[in-house]
Amino acid sequence: MSDPNASFKLVHDGHDAVLLLCGAWVQGSNVQDFAAVSRELQAGAHANLMVDGAALDGWDSTLMAFMLQCYNYCSEEKIGFDTRDLPTGAQKLLTLATAVAPHKQTESPQEHWLAGLSPRRLAGQAGEVIRESLAFTGEITIALGRLVTGKSNTRLEDFRHFCYQAGPSALGIISLTSVLVGMILAYLGAVQLQQFGAEVYVANLVTIGVLREMGVLMTAVVMAGRTGAAYAAQLGTMQTNEEIDAITTLGISPIEFLVVPRMLALVVAMPLLTLYADILGIVGGGIVAGGMGISPLQYISQTEQALAVHHLAVGLIKSVIFAVLIAVAGCRAGINAGRSSAAVGQAATEAVVTAVVYLIVADAGLNILFQAIKF
Amino acid sequence: MPPKASKAHISVRDLTMAYGDFVIQRQLTFDVARGDIFVIMGGSGCGKSTLLRHMLGLLTPAEGDIYYSGNSFSGASAEEQETMRRRWGISYQTGGMFSAMTLAENVALPLQLYANYKTAEIADIVAYKLALVGLGGYQEYYPAEISGGMLKRAALARAIALDPEILFFDEPSAGLDPISSRLLDDLIMELQQSTGATVVMVTHELASIFAIATNAVYLDAGSRTMIDYGNPAYLRDHSKQAVVRQFLTRGESTDSEQSQRQGHE
Repeated sequence: MSDPNASFKLVHDGHDAVLLLCGAWVQGSNVQDFAAVSRELQAGAHANLMVDGAALDGWDSTLMAFMLQCYNYCSEEKIGFDTRDLPTGAQKLLTLATAVAPHKQTESPQEHWLAGLSPRRLAGQAGEVIRESLAFTGEITIALGRLVTGKSNTRLEDFRHFCYQAGPSALGIISLTSVLVGMILAYLGAVQLQQFGAEVYVANLVTIGVLREMGVLMTAVVMAGRTGAAYAAQLGTMQTNEEIDAITTLGISPIEFLVVPRMLALVVAMPLLTLYADILGIVGGGIVAGGMGISPLQYISQTEQALAVHHLAVGLIKSVIFAVLIAVAGCRAGINAGRSSAAVGQAATEAVVTAVVYLIVADAGLNILFQAIKF
Repeated sequence: MPPKASKAHISVRDLTMAYGDFVIQRQLTFDVARGDIFVIMGGSGCGKSTLLRHMLGLLTPAEGDIYYSGNSFSGASAEEQETMRRRWGISYQTGGMFSAMTLAENVALPLQLYANYKTAEIADIVAYKLALVGLGGYQEYYPAEISGGMLKRAALARAIALDPEILFFDEPSAGLDPISSRLLDDLIMELQQSTGATVVMVTHELASIFAIATNAVYLDAGSRTMIDYGNPAYLRDHSKQAVVRQFLTRGESTDSEQSQRQGHE
């Protein structure tokens, strides 16, 4: 075994300093810090630093990293650096490592680590997202106008494909969530209504709750996570692969070609999924009601009483608006994504977060509106 | 059967590569000597990259085996494979740099995982490795912020982080301009000469092949096997296979591609 300690000695020889290297300068050996050399060199004014590697017992990148520091120090201090006595391989590597002058990074002003939380900047970012979304919505409107006048480059094939992705493929997860939401609503209501002996009104609560609110909102949240994120990831990847550039330079509007079919597919699929979710939600409520001693017949007749076209309409109107919001959030995040794989992930996250925020805000606004017009 | 007392660093024996029933190349047998710059060459789609992926142990041979200093890779235990892999440095076709990390973090990762260095030393080693590939001072840049040629060199810096015994390159000069490509070739050659590592490289760049390769194997797409093996400059003038001479003198015009082209006309 070689000496585990790599050491050096600085010998002063008139105007020159000689750096004697001893031991094995390899991975794992105990190498002294370069600062020790620079301190000693600073003490005396030298014209040259000669390296003597005759006593070296072995070397690898450990030595080379040290030599590079010596070289950099010497060139900064204008001291000659002589490596003639190093092993040939080491000399070659040092020549290679010093062939290109190190790149000087332009200093960017350091900012406080909490600066990202300043209200002004956050408001600015939120404003930017809203502004971009509005501009994006405008572009989509123009594209839709071209679609109506038959000048659009939107492909029917794409539309069918996305309809399938956004519709039938989502049935499984929508079934699960809507049955459970129906059950949750029924439980919640039943416990309260039992106190007044009015369990049978669980059916009304579930029907109105699911039709107006929970059916469509849960469907929208699921679709934001499922389809909205997928749109962002697809378009983000296309941005990374320069596909969107290719589409643009072919003279095709990416909005018409990529965004419109996705959005229309979601607009078609969402009301249908909402209808489906409504039915399953009511069934879910029925299961719980059955467990509480309400006969199926009672539940159905009570549901029939509560069922009104305007409740259903509220849910369906919301579903169309939510579909547009999810598509805008997803596609905008994707198209504006950066050009790296990390950016695709960021775009998907942004799509879901903005979509959910849009959904909740829009839902609140629509509820107030429907309340005001007594719909 | 392992090669008998062969001095070769890497020995490929009767290797057949297949995806399911689809055979890519069969009966490959060749040696890579220690300190060689070995090029795997051939036209597009002949299985060059697949061979490299087999050598890296990313794919398992359908038949035959690959030996490193006489030890089979596919026959080794998972731990032994890990140990063998730590002696390799690999530079992928598109660099394979982790986009969420700075160049310094990319190069430091293998050092932190496998090397016996103190934290303070790692920064010095990283600075040295980056300087070696001409990227001194670029420590804090992200892969997305540098050019394609720089990315290739950064990938090389990561590949040599652990002072590997074998360096693998998949199309190192793909997508580079002739000057950057030449500089990268020189860099690979100089690194090889000063560290003595064995280099295995997939390429169809004739300039690279003649500039740096000491040995090469030619994979033929038509017959799905290697049809010649030796020093590229020698093969260019003396290969018994017309396809190989053609490849080395006129670029990528192999028989199969020519017939394809004629078929389209």
